[in-house]
Amino acid sequence: MIIDKVLYIDLSRKSFHVESRSELFEKYLGGTGVAIKLLLEECPVKADPLGPENPIIFAVGPLNGLFPMASKTVVMFKSPLTGNLGESHAGGRTASAIRLVGYGAIIIRGSSETPVYLAIHGEKVYFRDASGLWGVENSYTVGRVLRELEKGAGFRTIMRIGSAGEKMVYYANVVVETYRHFGRLGLGAVFGSKKLKAIVISGKNSIRVKDANHYRQVYDEIFHLAIKSSLMKKYHDIGTSSNILPLNELRALPSLNLRETSLKDAENISGENLAEKYLGRRVACSHCPVACIHLATLREPYEDEPYFYKTTMIPYDYEPLYALGSMLGITDPNGFLRLMDEVEAQGLDAISTGVTLAWATEAYENGIIKDSDTLGIKLRWGDYNSYREAVRKIVYQPNEFYAALAKGVEYAASKYGGLDFALSFGGNEMPGYHTGIAAYLTFLTGSRHSHLDSAGYIIDEKSAATGKKETLQEIVENLFKEESWRQVLSSLVLCFFARGIYTPKIVVKSLNAAGFEHVTEEDLRKIGVEILRNKYLFKTREGFDPNGLRIPRRILEKETPLGVLSEDLIRRGVEEFFNLIKDNKGLKDDFRIFS
Amino acid sequence: MLKRIAVIDTEKCVGCQLCMFACSRRFGEGGLAKSAIHVKSIGGVERGFAVIVCRACPDPPCMKVCITKALVMRKGGGVILNQSKCIGCGKCVEACPFGAIFWDEESNKPNICTHCGYCTNYCHYNVITLKEVDST
Repeated sequence: MIIDKVLYIDLSRKSFHVESRSELFEKYLGGTGVAIKLLLEECPVKADPLGPENPIIFAVGPLNGLFPMASKTVVMFKSPLTGNLGESHAGGRTASAIRLVGYGAIIIRGSSETPVYLAIHGEKVYFRDASGLWGVENSYTVGRVLRELEKGAGFRTIMRIGSAGEKMVYYANVVVETYRHFGRLGLGAVFGSKKLKAIVISGKNSIRVKDANHYRQVYDEIFHLAIKSSLMKKYHDIGTSSNILPLNELRALPSLNLRETSLKDAENISGENLAEKYLGRRVACSHCPVACIHLATLREPYEDEPYFYKTTMIPYDYEPLYALGSMLGITDPNGFLRLMDEVEAQGLDAISTGVTLAWATEAYENGIIKDSDTLGIKLRWGDYNSYREAVRKIVYQPNEFYAALAKGVEYAASKYGGLDFALSFGGNEMPGYHTGIAAYLTFLTGSRHSHLDSAGYIIDEKSAATGKKETLQEIVENLFKEESWRQVLSSLVLCFFARGIYTPKIVVKSLNAAGFEHVTEEDLRKIGVEILRNKYLFKTREGFDPNGLRIPRRILEKETPLGVLSEDLIRRGVEEFFNLIKDNKGLKDDFRIFS
Repeated sequence: MLKRIAVIDTEKCVGCQLCMFACSRRFGEGGLAKSAIHVKSIGGVERGFAVIVCRACPDPPCMKVCITKALVMRKGGGVILNQSKCIGCGKCVEACPFGAIFWDEESNKPNICTHCGYCTNYCHYNVITLKEVDST
């Protein structure tokens, strides 16, 4: 009932074995909680993120395969982009496939000399030759080939890298199924460094529960909340892209490398406009009724062949629309979709790519970057064809400049200058929220430097709407509370979009039905804090220093909806956040949620 | 009135697979081992999904090839499985032209749809429904 099996795969030796690690799953549930403990165990101090010693750790949790919207898998590794904690969450069919093939976690160690892909079916791990697949540029094509080669249609996940991963771009993604990703922080590059092109996992086991009626009753309660309440409506209807218009109106939509906070034509790339003119299909992750994945249909005529059209399905969400849209001054939806398609095919992270290109455009305008650097590509706001070309150059890195861009904006700006307008935090390119101090405190203090860590932008948005500003102390405490609680959600492993449904009360109920019979809300809150603290153990071990965090000058120059930001106040917020992390006393070693 | 599961419009299917999970949950378990309905992409999710479920044939080919007579005719179409007669030979799986008989690897027996309609309660997009069988 309680998951406990960890699959260890060694790419150097082409061997695998299974161990029961029940002590980890009993204390830390699964997902993030278990993955960070395994990362602390597996990753040597100061490991080279692209060396064979960097482990890849996938983990699912006790609610996967049992309850709706428990549809995510957590992966941890050391990030080549930040040189520190790498953590990413993906949906698709990853979670059900891993849980239902029988594992709580899968660890990949070592590195292969020749390209391989892994196939995990039943109790076996197959090391398959991928020399023929290596160099296949398009991540879609790799998926298409593997669909034919491997069994388990409908029960499987197909994780793979495109060229960006092979070429070890520091922000290369792993694409799962199609249109979902382990994004941010460069898992794709870690795959590439190990000569690991793909992983296919299929599973359809049963999961036993103690009380079937109770299980069905709790399931129905959650299911009805999901489909009847308004909590999932935003994701269900227009999707995350519904953020474009309100953020633009609020003047909080980073545009033109944050030289602007709104764009005149932002409406063109709004979720509303895309839904009306382009939305072609809605898709869901396995075991999620919400179907938040929105696919646009782009129909393009062939110029040299009359009456021939190419029809492409291209995913869109708020963050890509910000990073590859407003940040680059692209408000032509066709242009945005063409650029998005290229980024997807190559297997790059959309946010990091957009923010890096935005810096490059400004640097080119300023003359820091010359035509000899760009190899003749004129980087100009809104010129999506040039950006498409630049994306390919980032992947193939034909010169020093593009090789620098492939290492992220922090690296490129450190080398060429222009750090004041290089928009990264903790080494990670910024998400699309210039909402106020709370958002930036999340980017700085969040353990992944992601907006999803503690969602400060929501605090800002509320303050902007109500006119009631929170004190710095209140903001910091809220961020700490939020990030700690999200550790619980990502240990189960739930989609954060469902956080409104999975209240602490519902989480306890569902865990009770899943076999954690005596768990309490208090236990969960404690374990959330402990997991967050464990992440900071890793981060500190790897050299993270809150005092060394860089605050790009640009964010202080542009007014937010809550006023102009003060560096001093941001620094104090960071300090207070880390005081809360330090103050926390760890749980006793014999603490168990499962008893 | 006799009923059967009917697939109304696969174009509206989002591939959430809640029907599959529901089918296994009927047996009081999580996961997918017991599911008698299947959803898979038709060559990539961008092209949409196939929903595969017993169509309640009035003259079921699966029944005809069952050597132990474990499959008997169901009123309204389709078959009923007598678990104690089934030896798990798998001939029924091969006989179904839709591939609508699935295999429970754990019990080594087929998963046969009973047309109970439980799965349809969880299809938020009205892709599947429980329909009265036309007796004319």
